[in-house]
Amino acid sequence: MEKRSAFNHRFLPYALLVPQLAITVVFFYWPAIQAVWQSFLLQDAFGLSTAFIWLDNYRDLFSQPDYYQTIVTTLVFSGGVAVLSLSLALLLAVQADKQLSGAGVYRTLLIWPYAVAPAVAGVLWAFMFQPSLGVIARILRDDLGIDWNPLLNSDHAMIMVVLAAVWKQISYNFLFFLAGLQAIPKSVIEAAAIDGARPARRFWTITFPLLSPTMFFLIVVNIVYAFFDTLGLIDAMTAGGPGKATETLVYKVYADGRLGGDLGGSAAQSVILMIIVIALTAIQFRYVEKKVTY
Amino acid sequence: MAEVTLKDVRKVYPGGVEAVKGVSFDVPDGHFCVMVGPSGCGKSTLLRMIAGVETITSGEIRIGERIVNEIEPSERDIAMVFQNYALYPHMRVYDNMAYGLRNRKTPKDEIDRRVREAARILEIDALLDRKPRQLSGGQRQRVAMGRAIVRRPKVFLFDEPLSNLDAKLRITTRVEIKKLQKALGTTSVYVTHDQLEAMTLADMLVVMNAGRVEQIGAPLAVYERPATTFVATFIGAPAMNLLKMGGAEPALLLDNASVPAEGAIIGIRPEDFAIGAGDTAPAGGVALPLTVGAVEKVGPESFVYGTLDRGDNVIVRLPGQHAPAPGERAVAIAAREKLHIFSVDGQQRL
Ligand SMILES: Nc1ncnc2c1ncn2[C@@H]1O[C@H](COP(=O)(O)OP(=O)(O)O)[C@@H](O)[C@H]1O
Ligand SMILES: [Mg+2]
Repeated sequence: MEKRSAFNHRFLPYALLVPQLAITVVFFYWPAIQAVWQSFLLQDAFGLSTAFIWLDNYRDLFSQPDYYQTIVTTLVFSGGVAVLSLSLALLLAVQADKQLSGAGVYRTLLIWPYAVAPAVAGVLWAFMFQPSLGVIARILRDDLGIDWNPLLNSDHAMIMVVLAAVWKQISYNFLFFLAGLQAIPKSVIEAAAIDGARPARRFWTITFPLLSPTMFFLIVVNIVYAFFDTLGLIDAMTAGGPGKATETLVYKVYADGRLGGDLGGSAAQSVILMIIVIALTAIQFRYVEKKVTY
Repeated sequence: MAEVTLKDVRKVYPGGVEAVKGVSFDVPDGHFCVMVGPSGCGKSTLLRMIAGVETITSGEIRIGERIVNEIEPSERDIAMVFQNYALYPHMRVYDNMAYGLRNRKTPKDEIDRRVREAARILEIDALLDRKPRQLSGGQRQRVAMGRAIVRRPKVFLFDEPLSNLDAKLRITTRVEIKKLQKALGTTSVYVTHDQLEAMTLADMLVVMNAGRVEQIGAPLAVYERPATTFVATFIGAPAMNLLKMGGAEPALLLDNASVPAEGAIIGIRPEDFAIGAGDTAPAGGVALPLTVGAVEKVGPESFVYGTLDRGDNVIVRLPGQHAPAPGERAVAIAAREKLHIFSVDGQQRL
């Protein structure tokens, strides 16, 4: 009896692929192609007439000083989010890896933030930092004497969105770091201890290098997250303000296209973002396949 | 150079498993001590407590003059070879060996000299630039050895370092470990479940069972005078034949021997039997009629598996290839001085 006989139909494999392919085409390729097409067009504000203008939208974009400012803001924001969420998650994971009792509770508590919707998280954090009512704002003002006002002070606004974004992402990073730590054989760490390395040195010379594949993977994931997945959070907390202090590239796409009605310019921006994602993903695959260090 | 002293050492794991139940012994300076016992008897736990990677529930461990109970592994000045070698996967062989010296702030040229010397002794000079994953099992084992010897520690600890090697390599490496230890004169504690490895390596044998020490002594002394039936069957292969005899039977069989009224266990090693023609026992010895069940001829020796008329299965080991055929009747004979007599519970040698 041939086991394969069940799959002898020529079209069945393709038929089985159709739902997945359809979803990918409808929700990814089609909008992507539309965005590319749109980015070559100029539309008036009422959508009554369109003109094909080749790369003028892109040329426009790169001649605006605003756009460069947004790039800088995005880099500051993403850098802050990646560095903070990775280092805090690593610290928590190292603690969780050490003490096995009570680790279950600890882990569950740490995973919760991941289940909170971005906009809800945004509202939650905005409320805690709200200058007149927020709990944290009050502590900052009354106990630490900081004139806290994220509605006016752009540094404060940036700190606030970075913290909220970090809080959302820590659980994800934590889980990967914990899995990475648990994959390191205990005997290797013990061998290092016997070899005369004290805990801090063990961490930096053994644990940390052995975590580097996880670390690399997470750096890319966190940058992608900070670039693209924080739209809801920023919208709920600051709406890109004060001024444009917390307007990231993704938020600008949304602000220009949805709020400003500049569909062509917005499409050009999203095409650029698409290229960035593709580049990041390509780097990711390249290096994950090479296993990074050892 | 140091002696290792254990005084009533106990280990209870969180969760309640009592892995080591009060062990005391003393490894004199420069000796090669082998702890042997079946899997799960607490050997690794004991070794790991000496290394400092497992806490000591109660009791005292000394290395040299120091009580090390509260001392970090990094401060104990010992080296350990792990069963899975535990090499640092991201470091070259050279750095694996240099790591311990760098931690101790040894000057660079001294590190280089020592690593190269160890590599030469272990014949791994050509591998210094490779990563562990580019090495065979035997080569990894050597690197693990190299990492231990470059440090010139007070004590070497080995946890079944040969169990991941194939049979041939295991024998050659065993011989090399023994030579190396003799040359360096470093006190060593070695753990294995393989009695042959234990017999060949040890100056001092510690036989363990279920968290306790069954017997301590020189390997041949343990072989010749096992203290309990556990040791008697664990040391020596094939295992010693044990015949449980109740009441007056041993006295009859052995004529004259002083055996307690409740009976005894008589132990006879397969190699101490001979196959005789008649059923006349040598003076004070035994002659046991049996039916041959199976015979294995392996070349230099033959094993006869038989069933005694009194019911027990026994193994007889004969030199050469001359042995009775299956189905034949024969008599297994052993001299009086080859008999081991134990109390009925097997806990005591009479
Ligand atoms: N980390 C641990 N936690 C709980 N029990 C353990 C742990 N390590 C070993 N044990 C138990 O302790 C006993 C002795 O184990 P071990 O020292 O590894 O034995 P051996 O090395 O002689 O095979 C076993 O019953 C084992 O299940
Ligand atoms: Mg073990």
